[in-house]
Amino acid sequence: MSRSRTRHVSRAAALLAALSLALTACGSSSSQGGDSGEKVDAAAVESALQAGGDLTVWAWEPTLKKVVSDFQAKYPKVHVKLVNAGTGNDQYTALQNAIKAGSGVPDLAQVEYYALPQFALGKSLTDLNRFGAGSLKSSFTTGPWTGVTSGDALYGLPMDSGPMALFYNKTIFDKYDVAVPTTWEQYLEAARKIHKADPKIYITSDTGDAGFTTSMIWQAGGKPFQVQGTSVKVDLADSGTARFTQLWQKLIDEKLLSPITGWSDEWYKGLGDGSLATLVTGAWMPANFSGAATAASGQWRVAPMPQWTAGGTATAENGGSSLTVPAASRKATLAYGFLRYATADAGATTRVEQGAFPATTADLTSESFLNKSFPYFGGQQVNKVLSEAATQVVSGWSYLPFQVYANNIYKDTVGKAYTGASTLSKALVAWQDACKEYGSTQGFTLQ
Amino acid sequence: MRNSRRSVPLTLVAGVVLLYSLLPLVWLVINATKSQPGLFRSFGLWFDRDFALFDNISDTLRYDDGIFVRWLLNTLMYVVAGAGGATLLAVMGGYALAKFDFPGKRAVFAVVIGAVAVPGTALAVPTFLMFSEMGLTNTPWAVIIPSLISPFGLYLMWTFAEQAIPDELIEAARVDGAGEFRTFFRICLPVLAPGIVTVLLFTTVATWNNYFLPLIMLKNPDWYPLTLGLNAWNQQAGTAGGEAVFNLVITASLLTILPLIAAFLCLQRYWQSGLTAGSVKE
Repeated sequence: MSRSRTRHVSRAAALLAALSLALTACGSSSSQGGDSGEKVDAAAVESALQAGGDLTVWAWEPTLKKVVSDFQAKYPKVHVKLVNAGTGNDQYTALQNAIKAGSGVPDLAQVEYYALPQFALGKSLTDLNRFGAGSLKSSFTTGPWTGVTSGDALYGLPMDSGPMALFYNKTIFDKYDVAVPTTWEQYLEAARKIHKADPKIYITSDTGDAGFTTSMIWQAGGKPFQVQGTSVKVDLADSGTARFTQLWQKLIDEKLLSPITGWSDEWYKGLGDGSLATLVTGAWMPANFSGAATAASGQWRVAPMPQWTAGGTATAENGGSSLTVPAASRKATLAYGFLRYATADAGATTRVEQGAFPATTADLTSESFLNKSFPYFGGQQVNKVLSEAATQVVSGWSYLPFQVYANNIYKDTVGKAYTGASTLSKALVAWQDACKEYGSTQGFTLQ
Repeated sequence: MRNSRRSVPLTLVAGVVLLYSLLPLVWLVINATKSQPGLFRSFGLWFDRDFALFDNISDTLRYDDGIFVRWLLNTLMYVVAGAGGATLLAVMGGYALAKFDFPGKRAVFAVVIGAVAVPGTALAVPTFLMFSEMGLTNTPWAVIIPSLISPFGLYLMWTFAEQAIPDELIEAARVDGAGEFRTFFRICLPVLAPGIVTVLLFTTVATWNNYFLPLIMLKNPDWYPLTLGLNAWNQQAGTAGGEAVFNLVITASLLTILPLIAAFLCLQRYWQSGLTAGSVKE
């Protein structure tokens, strides 16, 4: 969910991360001190919590602060140090470097679903089956649960989820008498109508965002990344991808997309001042709307994601994070105690109360959650729409075991499609080739 | 001789340059007075209807348990240890190279000139790998030690000392029975003051603005300098549920440059004389 902004500094940092990945993948086993693979039961976890100790947590998720203070009130002997070691990519670089260096590795780390395979494959994370965490499967929704599993292994527990929906500015749709689109064809029509009525208003903004594109392909039924062990297949020309590129190319060609980069201050301004009419994104977005696009309070609404076939109900996940225990942690049992508290037990509810979108079925279906009305969205009970979306995520998706790197170089190739120097479908194939080339230098077998 | 004739084109060029350098500063000052909604609804180069400067300052100092103050102190420490140390080394090295003859001096000269040409950014990654081996990453040393080296400062002090200190002065001190250290600290150092201030300003600015090196060296926000901390705040807007604090980022940026502006204003006098010293051959 953090955007992959391409700056030269983050590029260099990514290079470092890649370097570290290559080195860890080549098997530095010295950093796996804490993981003896022994089974630990719930009673042992509880007694570790009572005995106490210090834990370091790397996370940028703001709702964890309250979870930490509640947790320390419950287990006064445990001291949790919550460190913001960077948002998204910056933190992965730091984590990768720490794992490689074998020192300074935190006991817990927030890792987004798209980045998890990268750490899992390097054997950098503890398999939580050791603690019997597999039994929590029924507590979580399918999308995020798939995100944290790899074969039989379980590399983290979901903190939140991002089933996608259509956020739209109702005032604009009402003013120009445009129906809220339920299919992507209608979305294109709406884009044309609105931009024609007021050339300053765009249906949405996009300058090339890997997270968004992959989620759109996911919803369209594409499965461009297939991973089996170290054998990786990249196919960014499959039928699902083609569905997406055909539609999006029209939006690009007809100049219906605003050239604002996502997550910039300009973007928040656009969401607030009515120059961006819709946003198709993950269910965690309401908190960002009410926090930073305050000017548009009361104007936005939420609807199900537009469909590829009329009457369909498919959606995809976008963003979302898990909490993991790095293999190098020497306090894995205690760390798991906090992990469970923060993701599956009381902590999950605390975070939902503060605006996080849950991955736990109990929270997703609770009456108070569903019936909560949002003043920002004109009193709409948006969780009803979002919660339903969580059950409609298309299954069978997987990310690359080097997705962090792949998303980092996305703009180098696909960015050209947005300036007219290439087409989206050609640019995606160029991205595919770049991914393949990188993958084979990292020791993967590419097909 | 004083030339009071005004050149219109030159004044115009100077005016444009002045505007160019002051505009970002003006923008920063104006926007530091705006609340977050105010930033979005008002014109960039004029004030919003709400004047929130003091709220912004107090929020900046208190946000996240006052971590900004910690970053400020870190930066001061890096400047005192890094820039101070770099200046000391440059002054001593420059003096020695200018006033003593020893074998290999030409080689040293070549190395120093070569080192000036290599940008610090290019060395950051090899330095990281080396420090990682030594177990120094994620400690303040990882920022301080590389900051101690300033080839440009050394070169500047070298040429400055060569011209500012007449050999007769050193000989006179020796004849009067002063040891080498006494000669350096009591006789030559005061003569070198303008040059020292120049080097000190250069290294201070470089350390204060240092971004890339701490970025790859440090992971623990407790050791961040201001540059990294501000970036971390700016990044917050780009994540789910993240708090966008654009108003605090802008206010904190303003607070960050104030000490530098103060340093320049106070040391300006020395600096100007330092710049021109040695420009006329006696």
